[in-house]
Amino acid sequence: MTEKSDNTKIRSVKRMKEIMTAYYIDAKTAGQNGKKVAWITSGGPVEPLIAMDVIPVYPENHSAMIGSTKMAIDLCEKAEAMGYSRDICSYARADIACATVNGGPIGGLPRPDFLVCCNNICGTVMKWYEVQARYFNVPLFIFDTPFIHTDFSQEARTYVVKQMEEYFIFLEEQCGKKFDRDKLKDVVKKSVEAQRLWKEVLATTKHNPAPMSAFDAFFHLGLIVTLRGTETVNDYYTELRDEMNERIQNGIGIIQEQKYRLLWDNLPLWYKTKWLSDTFASHNACLVADTYTSAWSFVIDMIDLDKPVESLAMAYSNVYINISIDRMYENLSTMITEWKADGLVLHSNRSCKPYSFGQYDTARRVSDEFGIPTLMLEADMLDGRLFNESQAQTRIDAFIELIRQRKGE
Amino acid sequence: MISAGIDIGSITSKVVILDDGRIYGSKIGFTGYNAERAGSSIYNSLIEELGIKHENVNSIVATGYGRNSVQFADKTYTEILCHAAGAFYNNSDIRTIIDIGGQDSKVISLSADGNVKDFCMNDKCAAGTGRFLEVIARALEIDLENFARLSLQSGKPASISTTCTVFAESEVISLIAKGESRENIIAGIHDSVASRLSSMVYRVGLNPPVMMTGGVAKNSGLVKAIENRLGTGVLVPESAQINGALGAALLAAKQNYRQ
Ligand code: SF4
Repeated sequence: MTEKSDNTKIRSVKRMKEIMTAYYIDAKTAGQNGKKVAWITSGGPVEPLIAMDVIPVYPENHSAMIGSTKMAIDLCEKAEAMGYSRDICSYARADIACATVNGGPIGGLPRPDFLVCCNNICGTVMKWYEVQARYFNVPLFIFDTPFIHTDFSQEARTYVVKQMEEYFIFLEEQCGKKFDRDKLKDVVKKSVEAQRLWKEVLATTKHNPAPMSAFDAFFHLGLIVTLRGTETVNDYYTELRDEMNERIQNGIGIIQEQKYRLLWDNLPLWYKTKWLSDTFASHNACLVADTYTSAWSFVIDMIDLDKPVESLAMAYSNVYINISIDRMYENLSTMITEWKADGLVLHSNRSCKPYSFGQYDTARRVSDEFGIPTLMLEADMLDGRLFNESQAQTRIDAFIELIRQRKGE
Repeated sequence: MISAGIDIGSITSKVVILDDGRIYGSKIGFTGYNAERAGSSIYNSLIEELGIKHENVNSIVATGYGRNSVQFADKTYTEILCHAAGAFYNNSDIRTIIDIGGQDSKVISLSADGNVKDFCMNDKCAAGTGRFLEVIARALEIDLENFARLSLQSGKPASISTTCTVFAESEVISLIAKGESRENIIAGIHDSVASRLSSMVYRVGLNPPVMMTGGVAKNSGLVKAIENRLGTGVLVPESAQINGALGAALLAAKQNYRQ
């Protein structure tokens, strides 16, 4: 008799872990290899760094690792003891505290040679990066992307494109070499390819049963954040996409007997992904997609390979949480239709105000327009002190009851 | 056909027995630390009083935070569905339910056919719950039963600025120290709970008629404060405290699990 295979196992995970390990080893030994390290925000323009052979490091990705390994509360408390308010984003708190003790699962991030902060994700990152620039006593480049309420004005466009040019000059000064525009073109091309492949990976979950879930996407997202613009990423996502298609062909779903398809909004609860995925799975519900991991693919069509500088500036300005609630809603409603969602789970994330703002209006619009149940889960992406399992359980149970009721079950 | 609904709340547990869809009997008791024992002992003593044998009960549904500890239940549902079913049974015009429980409060919106449209529960905090009122009653050394009467005598409700139970308790203590009357303090407390609850109502959308369920609904002072905040009347059914168990029994009655 053959052993029953475990459908929850995704083969590529092993490769992903190897790539991430190699990446962090490279970053931590950069100095010995004569390479520079830049810390950069997750939504920041990374392609120019790769073009200059600088190793980009993402405190947010690192904070997510701190969350998954359940080391966040200690570090958050440490930051609070240092005087930072509990109301500050927990990614920032974890990172600021971690830098002082070299804590976390990999013994801290490598020391930065300089910092790049793009405020297209929030205002918190500006203060956070200023704190770190002072702590490490290194230069900081701030890339300012005006918030897009309706349209992106010509003035705003000129303003961000000009900053791209200033960014290149900053990099030339930091690296002591000329900025290579041809190389940038090549990197941008790879980066767009990575985003396209990632979009294809995510699209596989439109299939029934979904070959993977948003919980898997949260994990596999790591590469698009950290290494987009390199060949490694493209090879990896090709492999992952093929694995997903193979699962589809063999009718393998990530959960047993998937009956309900759910969408997730906002960042994950890094310390509770297993519990949440088991809880939903116990109701035969699969989180098939989410706005967070899809955010990287919402803007790929804006990138014009013939005009890398201008179009990069545009794409980085238009990221998911730098746009109005109306535009966010457009993206979300397209997803509800394309993924045939039976319900929407919104994580009201105490840390991330720009992402959580407007969620009640969004939920109301979704229920008016699509008639599907919505669930608001109040928690935090890292700070487990803001999550209550038994209350979440009741909310999830009730939400699934509403989905069943709607389907007449 | 006989069906039973068991609602294990954080403070009290309630059992309702229906005979062919009509309330045959009900009982309320304290949950204590052993939810499983509370459920079975209240249930057993009720069926004994009613002269019913367990074997003759056709279906049992459990609800409430301790629903999963009722081993002898045929099925469990959350309080949301049960409160909706109970309220709709009482009055099928109801569109909004406010339930204040011991450790959480919820607002449920219903569609015309009695289905749940949306719900909202208070966050990880006791403010706006039965527990909150208990803590304040202790600080004031007044029985909760007297809260309604006293608050309705208030000339000018004190302003309670904080919504956190622990801080509100110390705020109340400092109001006492300043010589504020108990009537005004209680009215102020009711208003602060009402303000929290009404914002939950607006989250799911205020759709009258509104019904209030749960043991706290017996407090007419609080009901009045909520009416003032919402600008609409709030109905309190006779069976407010057992509404969740009633709903559970009604849902149980839909299915005969042990023919
Ligand atoms: S506030 Fe939100 S966008 Fe800003 S760093 Fe924190 S999680 Fe990221």
